[in-house]
Amino acid sequence: MPSVSMTVNGKAVTGEVEGRTLLVEFLRQNLNLTGTHVGCDTSQCGACVVHVNGKSVKSCTTLALQAEGAEVSTIEGMATNGDLHPIQAAFKEHHGLQCGFCTPGMVMSAADLLQQNQDPSETEVREWLEGNICRCTGYQNIVKAIQAASQEMKG
Amino acid sequence: MYDFNYHRPKSIDEALSALTSASDGKLMGGGQTLLPTLKMRLASPSDVVDLGAISDLKGISDQGGAIVIGAGTTHAEVASNAAVKSKIPALAALADGIGDPQVRNRGTLGGSIANNDPAADYPAALLGLGASVKTNKRDIAADDFFTGMFETALADDEIVVSVSFPVPEKASYAKFPNPASRYAVVGVLASKGPAGVRVAVTGAGQGGVFRVAAMESALDGNFSAEALAGISVPSGDLNADIHASAEYRAHLVGVMAKRAVEAAG
Repeated sequence: MPSVSMTVNGKAVTGEVEGRTLLVEFLRQNLNLTGTHVGCDTSQCGACVVHVNGKSVKSCTTLALQAEGAEVSTIEGMATNGDLHPIQAAFKEHHGLQCGFCTPGMVMSAADLLQQNQDPSETEVREWLEGNICRCTGYQNIVKAIQAASQEMKG
Repeated sequence: MYDFNYHRPKSIDEALSALTSASDGKLMGGGQTLLPTLKMRLASPSDVVDLGAISDLKGISDQGGAIVIGAGTTHAEVASNAAVKSKIPALAALADGIGDPQVRNRGTLGGSIANNDPAADYPAALLGLGASVKTNKRDIAADDFFTGMFETALADDEIVVSVSFPVPEKASYAKFPNPASRYAVVGVLASKGPAGVRVAVTGAGQGGVFRVAAMESALDGNFSAEALAGISVPSGDLNADIHASAEYRAHLVGVMAKRAVEAAG
């Protein structure tokens, strides 16, 4: 079986995988990082979004072996010493989640947006969330949370 | 998804040797089409050769009269590149409208054109701008590259290296996207430049992307939306599916062509 090595949330990890093992399967099953969710498994819903080398990607449509040597960050890497990341805090404050299933992907997707655009308009946030689906229809507060986080992070 | 042997070559030569020694090898760009295809078991190659670690396939260079884009360059990189945005803004906008941000962070130009999905955006860019495809063997004009639905002129052991897009005088891409997938129900790229006047249509043709000669000759000399009045494409060769009938697509080709010409200015 092939072996894969990468850095996940700052920690070097190695594991045995198959060629077909998806990055999300490696994260959830090998590393027990179950914060990254599988919603649709067809690259539509975005519940599985993680960062690979600083860019948001769908981990259900990435092979574990494609992330060989990469820096991967997941929702578990967002909080620092138990303090929520400003995006997580804003989702809590603005009720940006109901069932919470889509939330890890929403937060990771938003984090990629805010590193490119520190002050996105409502339209820019909504366009960016094209690949993240919330079936509780909580978009209103998700957008509000992301815009609030952007103001908080700009300081 | 059935299992396969995975290869991650660092050079085009290594990729070719992995591909040709496999019993049923498949090349992978960013995997945004191939992986869903494998999950649905529509394909089950013995070997997948991932081109993602080959640095020779990446990057964008401004060569004055043309922009050359490596096959392994992602849609997000094309969409945000300063040279592409200033010289061929229609191409940057087209790349920015593919799928969603996460798909654009992984999907590649080479992967898209080698797959030649009849509803993909890039085939319209290549054909509509008169681009040229460089492979490990030869240069292929866009006019000769796309040969049918999911079919290209590429040989089994041929790898797309880069695409050269001549800088047009004016160009624009107008797309009527499927609201779920963002694939084109109909997309039209209209341009005027060193490759002449071109109108390329994706999303509509049964045989994939195609040019509309009647529109091109009407626009030659009078590059305006008014020049397209009354010109229609026959619906006989167009796709019909749950998203749109062939007649509706034929109508959309006219509407999108006018919008593209108008936006090109």
